[in-house]
Amino acid sequence: MSIRNSAAEMAEALAKKEISAVELANQHYAQIEAVDKDVHAFLHLDKAGALAQAESIDKKRAAGEKLSPLAGVPLALKDVLVQKGVPTTCGSKMLEGWRPPYDATVVAKLKDAGIVILGKTNMDEFAMGSSTENSAYGPTHNPWDLTRIPGGSGGGSAAALAAFEAPLAIGTDTGGSIRQPAAVTATVGVKPTYGGVSRYGLVAFSSSLDQAGPCARTVLDTAMLHQSIAGFDPKDSTSINHAVPDVVAAAKKKDVKGLKIGIVKQLSGAGYQKGVENKFNDAVAELVKLGAEIVEVSCPNFEYALAAYYLIAPSECSSNLARFDSMRFGIRIGDDGSKGAEEVMNLTRQVGFGREVKRRIILGTYALSSGYYDAYYGSAQKVRTLIKRDFDAAFEKCDVLVSPTAPTTAFKIGEKSEDPLAMYLNDIATIPVNLAGVGGMSLPCGLADEDNLPVGFQIMSPAMKDDRMYLVGGALEAALLSKWGKPILDFAPRLAGSK
Amino acid sequence: MSLNYDQAIEKYEPTLGLEVHVELNTKSKMFCGCATEFGAEPNTQTCPVCLGLPGALPVVNKTAIESSILIGLALNCSIAPFSRFARKNYFYPDMPKNFQTSQYDEPICINGFLDVEIESDEGNKVFRIEIERVHMEEDTGKSLHVGGSTGRIHGAEYSLLDYNRAGIPLVEIVTKIVPNTGKYAPQVARAYVAALRDILRGLKVSDVKMEQGSLRCDVNLSLAPSGSGELGTRSETKNVNSLRSVETAVSGEIVRQANRLQSGEKIVQETRHFLEESGETRPGRSKEKAEDYRYFPEPDLVPVVPDNKWIDELRKTLPEKPADRRKRLQSEWSVPEKEMTAMVNAELLDTVEETVKLGADPTKARSWWLGEISRIANERDVVATELISVTAVAQIINLINQGELTDKLARQVVDGVIAGEGTPAEVISKRGLKVVSDDGALMKAIEDAIAAQPDTAERVRGGNIPAAGALIGAVMKATGGQADAAKVRELLLKHLGQ
Ligand SMILES: [Zn+2]
Repeated sequence: MSIRNSAAEMAEALAKKEISAVELANQHYAQIEAVDKDVHAFLHLDKAGALAQAESIDKKRAAGEKLSPLAGVPLALKDVLVQKGVPTTCGSKMLEGWRPPYDATVVAKLKDAGIVILGKTNMDEFAMGSSTENSAYGPTHNPWDLTRIPGGSGGGSAAALAAFEAPLAIGTDTGGSIRQPAAVTATVGVKPTYGGVSRYGLVAFSSSLDQAGPCARTVLDTAMLHQSIAGFDPKDSTSINHAVPDVVAAAKKKDVKGLKIGIVKQLSGAGYQKGVENKFNDAVAELVKLGAEIVEVSCPNFEYALAAYYLIAPSECSSNLARFDSMRFGIRIGDDGSKGAEEVMNLTRQVGFGREVKRRIILGTYALSSGYYDAYYGSAQKVRTLIKRDFDAAFEKCDVLVSPTAPTTAFKIGEKSEDPLAMYLNDIATIPVNLAGVGGMSLPCGLADEDNLPVGFQIMSPAMKDDRMYLVGGALEAALLSKWGKPILDFAPRLAGSK
Repeated sequence: MSLNYDQAIEKYEPTLGLEVHVELNTKSKMFCGCATEFGAEPNTQTCPVCLGLPGALPVVNKTAIESSILIGLALNCSIAPFSRFARKNYFYPDMPKNFQTSQYDEPICINGFLDVEIESDEGNKVFRIEIERVHMEEDTGKSLHVGGSTGRIHGAEYSLLDYNRAGIPLVEIVTKIVPNTGKYAPQVARAYVAALRDILRGLKVSDVKMEQGSLRCDVNLSLAPSGSGELGTRSETKNVNSLRSVETAVSGEIVRQANRLQSGEKIVQETRHFLEESGETRPGRSKEKAEDYRYFPEPDLVPVVPDNKWIDELRKTLPEKPADRRKRLQSEWSVPEKEMTAMVNAELLDTVEETVKLGADPTKARSWWLGEISRIANERDVVATELISVTAVAQIINLINQGELTDKLARQVVDGVIAGEGTPAEVISKRGLKVVSDDGALMKAIEDAIAAQPDTAERVRGGNIPAAGALIGAVMKATGGQADAAKVRELLLKHLGQ
């Protein structure tokens, strides 16, 4: 048993008592100790809490109690989900030192499943960004090339997987924050159907788009984690009261014969790196070999997705982030007894919020202002409806849609940080999924010829049909594995000190 | 020279608008499970949701929706098949999320009306108040600004925040403009709030205690020159917290605005605060630069879509309208209007009705509850029904009617019951309170009285009936108050040949 095994293999070894949960957690802490100074995937390690959980799982197992499939397996938690008593910063100075008094529903479910939460992972501040460079605590580095970004906003979770610091991770995806980091680190990430996983305790960026989801190194591991965190939550009004599709069975099925797979015309061409398109096309060819039927579909309104997203998300964020006013939690600047409440709030926000967060708050405040609402927020909502219709029409013709996850491989740290528009374009293929509330998965489909960096393959499913992503993903993963001869992460350069 | 009310109303025509905020009496808050009890220790009824902690999400309280629909139905509104919450974005320290979750352009009830009756110079007059909307929202917390002279945030040394009230369900009932009330504007406003209060009390959806703030009224008022048909600039007077204040606030604003207009000044569109002590208003923030609340649909909540079956079921549970009930009881009991009003205002109409249902005479039931019992309750600062049960009062009244008790004896029985001496029957037997109805015993006392005051007796014989009072008094004294005064009078007059 090694830290390079899959979560499913670790779970099996735990069940057979070949290794204890405490030993497994310690192995991962040793790896974190060895590599995280270079990767910087974690913002906070909760060693005491994790080892206590691991110990209790070991005791239960020794006592012969029936445990959940992933009991004792370690996990890295994106720092945007609140965990009782454990610092939660959302990558922002604003929340430095805040220890939430409650657990997010996802966290409660992880704990119930006996999963061991190692710590909180780095992210773009309040999940706003595509590179994790917007973290107030410094960037995360891509284990494939430490000078490159690990994607964002959930770069910490993806890098932790790719660096074998954890076999499982939780991400959140508002416009691609699970899928794009998965793509550029050669890991697997799923944005479930909107409402499929509770948002209670997920610090909101854009409420109508945010969705927590599972991340791992294999499709099956991702499915097992999906199963553990999904389901109706009475604390989240937008949560779907509907049975969770059997994603684990789908991941294991590996049969796509006769399945209709749609290639979205609008998600290719200009702006897409040659090597990305090539690897994507190779993967499509594999699916054809497996007996899938390929259909080309057109989604004409996807053209407006990015523009609509950058009105809706900032609008909602401008309201969601209003509560960070230094009154009840987080940092407070300038409260020397001589200043009024609003002045202290202003000083706190100047220091507490980073540039990108301020930019989006201003953008959203403007878009919601009276006189502009109809032109901006109102029009964006109309576009959203049109994009949903595009998906509906496309899913009439095929079972899933596919595209490259991101238009390029990982870029250099600092390369796009002065050009927000170039940065925003990274999410061009992932955003339509959030706007429509459907499901989206990214899994690795090879290394681009020109830079030998990972390329992500995106699978999109209709709402509440998340199992279809796992069906296609599981089959494609198996075909590619037999083609490559070894897991894709084995092609990555070994990190200094790595176990 | 300044105008008084009569002069003001002669020159200007007022237009009213009333916004009433009602705190619902649901057990839990609008969007979380926290308790709503009034007067708890600060910040003991809070949770991540109503504290607006990062990550927390709201869930709508179904009972609050039910109450809102009931209110809408009772006010003759249409219930919207689809309504939504929105976010009203603004900053205030006692508002945890820095936005209020409130219905905005898609309220749950629209287009209703309420008829109110006032006494006018030409007899009773009915005004129809049209309701524009009934919508749901959440209350804010409470701030206490310490230090400084004004008790306001500016100039305070520090502020204390209590979030127990944050998230308590509120319903806002907004009228359309109320034109053509003329000089009756203050009474119409008062009658509307009173009628609304009675409806809400009948629906049992709110405590409707104005003094505790569970029913708060904002008064919008504008003036235009009489006969001009114009609509003037309005002021909005906030937090008018008693029925009398509603009346004072309206008349006060009419006089204030009339005098400004009279001296050529403009009315500023502003929020004014009502000062309970003086009955005057002082200016608050000016609304000339309208605040931009950046409303947008609340993405954390799903739309409210009540089905017709549910609405019909709720409609069936609507109680008799307070105005109808009042009319019915008034005619059944043959009570004058004034006394009906007194019972309603004392919140004793239900109690009197229950007492009457137990066989008590309506007039006596009213006078005991509003008289002796209320007097004692006021002295002790408690609610009348906490002192003595409806059953006990009904028994006492029945005993009076049967001649077993005199009013005077009955007062002693009431005292005894309140003092915890037991049921009326037990008090009567313990204290030995029994009407002396034995004619022989009474005649003996009468003869004694006549012997003691022969001159008085002579005057009565001579036709001076009022003089009998002194003799009756003497008899009553002699029997320790246990005689029936009417009976004594009858026997005495007969004995003296009258
Ligand atoms: Zn609460």
